[in-house]
Amino acid sequence: MTTKTAPSSDTHLTGRLAELEQRLLAKDRRALARVLSWVESGDQRGREMLRALYPRSGRARTIGLTGSPGAGKSTVTNELAKAFRQRGQSVGIVAIDPSSPYTMGAILGDRVRMTELYSDSDVFIRSLASRGALGGLSAATQDVVHVLDAYGKDVILIETVGAGQDEVDIAGAAQTTVLVNTPNMGDEVQTLKAGIMEIADVLAVNKSDLPGADRMVSALKALLSLNPDRGWDPPVVRVVATQGEGTEKLVDACDAHFDELQTSGRLELAELARARQQITALARANVLNQLHTADGEERLTMLATEVASRASDPHSAAAAWLAGS
Amino acid sequence: MSDTSTLTDQIRVLVAKPGLDGHDRGAKIVARALRDAGMEVIYTGIRQTPDMIAEAALQEDVHVVALSVLSGAHLELFPRVVDACRKRGITPENTLFLGGGIIPDEDADALRETGFSAVFGPGAHTGDIAEYVRAHVPELDRS
Repeated sequence: MTTKTAPSSDTHLTGRLAELEQRLLAKDRRALARVLSWVESGDQRGREMLRALYPRSGRARTIGLTGSPGAGKSTVTNELAKAFRQRGQSVGIVAIDPSSPYTMGAILGDRVRMTELYSDSDVFIRSLASRGALGGLSAATQDVVHVLDAYGKDVILIETVGAGQDEVDIAGAAQTTVLVNTPNMGDEVQTLKAGIMEIADVLAVNKSDLPGADRMVSALKALLSLNPDRGWDPPVVRVVATQGEGTEKLVDACDAHFDELQTSGRLELAELARARQQITALARANVLNQLHTADGEERLTMLATEVASRASDPHSAAAAWLAGS
Repeated sequence: MSDTSTLTDQIRVLVAKPGLDGHDRGAKIVARALRDAGMEVIYTGIRQTPDMIAEAALQEDVHVVALSVLSGAHLELFPRVVDACRKRGITPENTLFLGGGIIPDEDADALRETGFSAVFGPGAHTGDIAEYVRAHVPELDRS
């Protein structure tokens, strides 16, 4: 770890970083964009900026949107952003698309559905590539949200990678999770499965002008009626995002969930859980980074040879790698 | 995490089509080629105004703004995008501007004078575009 240049107790920035922080706090969007790049890439300047800005975060409302590829997450995000802007709230959008596992390249195309927000200087959209993370977000997503929060965004919408069944990290990262479904996504067994169906605080059935919408809505309601009482019954909302239909009801549902979080005291608990999750994830990443030194790579190659030739087993090899022997 | 993290160097490219022509095949091919070259490509789609493109370039903090026009309006549209970017502090000193389309050599020369560092025509090889980006991004002032 390279904390030598700035002790963790010292959040005072100097020189170029201090200048950039001042510009960011004065609502300079270009300064915000540059700080987000540093934070995303995990370089030292990003960590110092985050340390300085973090105490100012914790005020924004966060809403996550997840669902299959093509379900309409970007279009629904666009609709929610417009609705919050109509209330006079400033909006940050973090939209994540997958990185190639082969080249680490990515096409980030979520902005295509959000062009009508470009002329509004109170909406800031940032596209992120997943950069190898598997839970539907990127490793830096939470830090990007913290910076947008410190900048002063009232609402931050987080759109995940097109998610299948198991990409559930968004539930820990956002206060309210909206699952975007569409009609004809499979039979009722799909709604019974564990994973993504369990994390939804609000269920949107998008493209509900298509045949099969009624069946989808009733299947989801049937599923939800079997849920154990968690103090909150996730509502099912029909929307046609391309037409703006159902947006108001969707926003109302998100508001109702947020109110419930506040009155029940679960908002603080969720924030604690989120912090715990992020610390764990960062610690895990640090351990891996410490292992992936040139020396560590060499030992990994040796251990892999042993495991492949059955001279060792994977568990023993992993223990040996961690132990540095 | 080491301070020589390679992702610090991850190149981000905005691919955009200003103006009204809807022929986005070329833009998509280039986007795909740059993706395959390991870059993160923000694709904004067709019919973008210069201000929309500049705003996206600002928010995404890209290293490269790559524009495609096939209607012949490149001399009109491309410089307007550079102007909209300059108003936001995005200049040829800190960002590569690339143009693509059916662009005669004399037009390409004119575009270079307005801030475009390279212009790629119909015969361009996508590998050459990626190569060009990789060679010239390190020269940008990203402080």
